Amino acid sequence: MALFEARGIHKRFGHQVVLENIDLSFEAGRLSGIMGPNGAGKTTCFNVLTGAFKPDRGRVIFDGEDITGRSPDAIARKGISRSFQTMSLFDEYTALENVLIALPEVRGRGFNMIEPLAMDGEAADRAAAVLSRVGLSGREHRRAGDLAYGERRALEIAVALAAGPRLLFLDEPTSGLGAEATARLADLVLDLKRDYSIVVIEHDMRFLFGLADTISVIHWGQVIAGGTPDELRGNKWVQRSMLADLGGSP
Amino acid sequence: MGARPSAASAWISGEMVCLFAVMATLPLWIEAAGLYQYLGIEIAIWMIYGLGFNLLLGYSGLPSFGHGAFFGIGAYVFGLFQAWAFESLLLGIALATVAAFAAGAVVACFLSHRRGIYFALMTIAFGQVFWFIAIKWHTVTGGEDGLLNIPRPALELGVASLPLGSNVALFYFVLLVFAVVVVALWRLVHSPFGKVLQAVRQNEERARFVGYNVWRFKWAVFSLSAAVAGLAGSLFSMAQQSAYPDVMSLHASGVIVMMTLIGGGFVSFWGPVVGVAVYFLARDVLGAVTETWLLWFGLVFVVSVLFKPEGIAGVWQERVSGVLRLRFADAPLRSGRTGDVSIVGPEHGETKDAIGQSPSGR
Repeated sequence: MALFEARGIHKRFGHQVVLENIDLSFEAGRLSGIMGPNGAGKTTCFNVLTGAFKPDRGRVIFDGEDITGRSPDAIARKGISRSFQTMSLFDEYTALENVLIALPEVRGRGFNMIEPLAMDGEAADRAAAVLSRVGLSGREHRRAGDLAYGERRALEIAVALAAGPRLLFLDEPTSGLGAEATARLADLVLDLKRDYSIVVIEHDMRFLFGLADTISVIHWGQVIAGGTPDELRGNKWVQRSMLADLGGSP
Repeated sequence: MGARPSAASAWISGEMVCLFAVMATLPLWIEAAGLYQYLGIEIAIWMIYGLGFNLLLGYSGLPSFGHGAFFGIGAYVFGLFQAWAFESLLLGIALATVAAFAAGAVVACFLSHRRGIYFALMTIAFGQVFWFIAIKWHTVTGGEDGLLNIPRPALELGVASLPLGSNVALFYFVLLVFAVVVVALWRLVHSPFGKVLQAVRQNEERARFVGYNVWRFKWAVFSLSAAVAGLAGSLFSMAQQSAYPDVMSLHASGVIVMMTLIGGGFVSFWGPVVGVAVYFLARDVLGAVTETWLLWFGLVFVVSVLFKPEGIAGVWQERVSGVLRLRFADAPLRSGRTGDVSIVGPEHGETKDAIGQSPSGR
């Protein structure tokens, strides 16, 4: 059984239909990709799956449990983490504090009003380990707002990882990165793939084809194709969709 | 607003010791400075109020313009308890605090889904509701005259009874309460709860996506802040020996906002303490020179908001960090990389985008 399923998801804003009858399925222990040109509805789809928007129709199932319409915090507590395309960090906090606040053990003590967080050395060590995993060792005490762009991208992923998620959603992680940094990010995602079930939204075909086990292609708010990267390479709809995004002709 | 880990994890910090020491000696020199004993009581009470208010404004980013309501509820409940039940200092204070907490909890149920301007407007609306009740419910609140002749009950310690009739005695009692509130709130802002509040202020959406039920945190901090305001209100009614609707007015609610902002509540735990002291000293020192002192103080407030919203504490921190920056100017700014997979490059340098520009624009 799939770890995560979306069945017949439909979402509209006013008169505009953004998602239409979306069916998706993500297996445990695999890296699933969602691909599509700009404006295809990828991020809206992500937002529906992670609780930011309620779908107008359809169901979202995680590990056999219906989580449709649950709040983002309830979904996060179920073990689903996400990163954001437009970076969303606690800018006044240090990198370490950003990760610390996302650790489940700190979240579990969220209403503790007496014990200072700074005294929790074990939590700080775990947060430092997460930062180390994304290559931010030595940056623990830098304010998130003062980090360089690539470092902030890495911190985005670290905050999502801090929760020890059962399913990790990454929303356009290569956004704004140059070729070298994208290659490094690919190495990082490959490394994470050993321990996590991951779903990546991406419009960078090369990045996703190199990493994903399966890919779903969204265009005009619908899933137009799905399969392994090899299966999709020859798909004429995928080629048309991607060429359209690059401004070419099919 | 961050503190060094050592300072953050302590019950008592160096700043606290200095502040308590200065305040404890206040009755000895305040008259020699041309002021009067009652001023010390007023300052300490409003510092309690300000610190509680800053939990909301500075730490949680929730602007309340109706907090005078909870200060007033504390004052009225203390006065009514002494008049209707029996004279008891600690029980009166406890009841006042609980009543303000309960009122805050009810109001917070309506506010906690809101943020920004909608949150602020609703606090004004609720504040006005309480103010209106205080004015119109003559049989209970005494209407516009308020409650008069509220006693100053003695502090019963079992073996001894300490009268608080004199301003000096009352000052030391208020100072004791102030010290307890400072230590409790200091712990609170450095606790996981305090850290989550600050996270919510910085990025409510992200706080939600890492699993925090933001509504519950907003509800809790609003209720707690109302309770501290009620505690301060109970001390105020004892100090004034009266409770009246004016303390619940929009003007009075605005004063605590002004004090907190001028002091630097957004950047420092001590901001409201500084702001309260500056306000009362301006009132009494500047007020002795000109009747229009509030006009000048208001102008200072406007200038502060326009050019230095971080307030006095912000100016202080900037000067101190400026000195530190100069002192450590030669120290290496970048630490080395320690391995693992990095997307930020071997030198932790800023990543350039496809056209060679820094996407962050820094």
